Amino acid sequence: MKEFWIYIVKETLHILRDRKSLGIMLGIPIMQIFLFGFALTTEVKNSQIAILDNSKDLATRTIIEKFEANRYFEVNKSLKSISDIEKAFKSGKIKLAIVFQNNFRDNLLHSNKAQIQLISDASDPNTGTTVVNYATSIINDYQNQLTQQANLPYQIKVENRMLYNPQLLSSYTFVPGVMGMILLLICAMMTSVTIVREKELNTMEVLLVSPFNPYLFIMSKAVPYVVLSLINVTSILYFSKILFDIPINGSLLLIYFESFLFISVAVSFGLMVSNVTSSQQIAMSLSQVGLMMPTLLLSGFLFPRENMPLPMQLISNIVPTTWFIIIIKGIMIKGLGLQMLWKETLIMLLMLVFFLFISFKKFSIRLK
Amino acid sequence: MSEKVLITKNLTKKFGDFVAVDNISFDLEKGEIFGFLGANGAGKTTAMKMLIGISKPTSGSATVAGFDIYKQTELVKSNIGYMSQKFSLYDDLTVIENIRFFAGIYGLSDKEIKEKSDILIEKLEMKSEINTLVASLPLGWKQKLSFSIAIVHNPKIVFLDEPTGGVDPASRRLFWDLIYEAAHNGTTVFVTTHYMDEAEYCNRVSIMVDGRIEALDSPFNLKKQFKVNSIDEVFHQLARKATRQAD
Repeated sequence: MKEFWIYIVKETLHILRDRKSLGIMLGIPIMQIFLFGFALTTEVKNSQIAILDNSKDLATRTIIEKFEANRYFEVNKSLKSISDIEKAFKSGKIKLAIVFQNNFRDNLLHSNKAQIQLISDASDPNTGTTVVNYATSIINDYQNQLTQQANLPYQIKVENRMLYNPQLLSSYTFVPGVMGMILLLICAMMTSVTIVREKELNTMEVLLVSPFNPYLFIMSKAVPYVVLSLINVTSILYFSKILFDIPINGSLLLIYFESFLFISVAVSFGLMVSNVTSSQQIAMSLSQVGLMMPTLLLSGFLFPRENMPLPMQLISNIVPTTWFIIIIKGIMIKGLGLQMLWKETLIMLLMLVFFLFISFKKFSIRLK
Repeated sequence: MSEKVLITKNLTKKFGDFVAVDNISFDLEKGEIFGFLGANGAGKTTAMKMLIGISKPTSGSATVAGFDIYKQTELVKSNIGYMSQKFSLYDDLTVIENIRFFAGIYGLSDKEIKEKSDILIEKLEMKSEINTLVASLPLGWKQKLSFSIAIVHNPKIVFLDEPTGGVDPASRRLFWDLIYEAAHNGTTVFVTTHYMDEAEYCNRVSIMVDGRIEALDSPFNLKKQFKVNSIDEVFHQLARKATRQAD
């Protein structure tokens, strides 16, 4: 145990000496939270809309009032003709144009068929879709009111309910993703780099000649990064709470437990990488390509897994972050407990065992 | 009869068909300074790696510090010291942190570490540099510190792999003072070097050519035997016979 302590002290000193890297490792998560929270939001607030009202009757006015009252929309201007629509979009200010047909109310009441055209700026497809969805729900809302008043026997009721995140706050979904990415990056990359560095500097050779315990030594390299990562979990949770008021509906203890498990997976991946490479550069790029890219693209962090083609969905199953994000979302947003998340937890556990098995099998005490 | 700290018999290492070390046999005595010479590619490093327990011999036997290198590797490791030119110390740790770490690996108690590091710092006259990062020390100091740390656990034998590469003759001289002192205190010194003037400082030298030991005696006797004035000339006479290319 004393030996283990000596190693940990040494590794901690290495990290403390390198102030710049330490600052980066502690600063990046906070920066990411700010970035994703404020800048890269997919939420659509105060979208400017233009309205071409060809009917100008009671019904259209009511709908327009509903839009004006909604905080997601701001009616920018009323258009006079079809040709104005394109001009309005080209000015770049508006996200959505609403066109009411002639005799809107009459059609609605008598033939039950009134038309509204929603034209959105889809140069940013995400925003385009979101804006159209919002607008549709406002119009449906009006339609429901109307049909209730009229007491029509047949009514088509489209209900669009957003579960767990009714306001579609995007910050809810980015926190687990940022957490997954940061933990993976720091643990896997730094662990692999720090072991490979000993090979590169030939200090490994000196250690191999001494009666040191290689397994304890390798484990000691992970310890400071595990501690650092737990600090990062705390700062991510803290800043998302105070800046974006993101709730933690489930158990905080469970979040830390699952984070610890995920960190262990990342560390064991780092160990595996360090065993197959002998230069820091290669270790770093292997960790980045092997973990960063799949995490960003496949884990469901930036792009929903449901929209991926089947092969990609299958590949995403072997990305550890995929499961971590499901778990953390489940705990934070849905307030799930371990009994609902045991399957995902088990998958991470199996990944951990697999990586550790490979690393210890490949780890050789004698130099070649 | 004096104590043997290292005995090798017909030690051989093959890599496929290539015989890197070919049946070498020699003994080292307690407190002896043994120069292990040879051109690049002669098999010095491979031989040394077998003796320090990081490479398994193909055949032959050896005991180092009284322990068998096949069966008692861990005991061998606890009783030897090692210093290599390629590595001195952890650059981003201070002098005292390096001492504590390496002494700790060899299982010294906190009290012993404290005592040892006080003596060591005193001897190297580095009291003012105790909290300096090793990276900012001159190379000569690093080497002396590195050597002192390699023998901090009082090993029976210390292996030095080209320990004085890259420093001026004055610094090398100071380094050799440390070697003499260690040998005087009973530690056997096994040293490889490219500097032939350093070979003259050894009690005995061996010269390896193509994996075999071609000469082994005191510098005085070798010069007499080859009828030359310096070990340098002995070395060149033998090295000329080499058929193997340097790596």
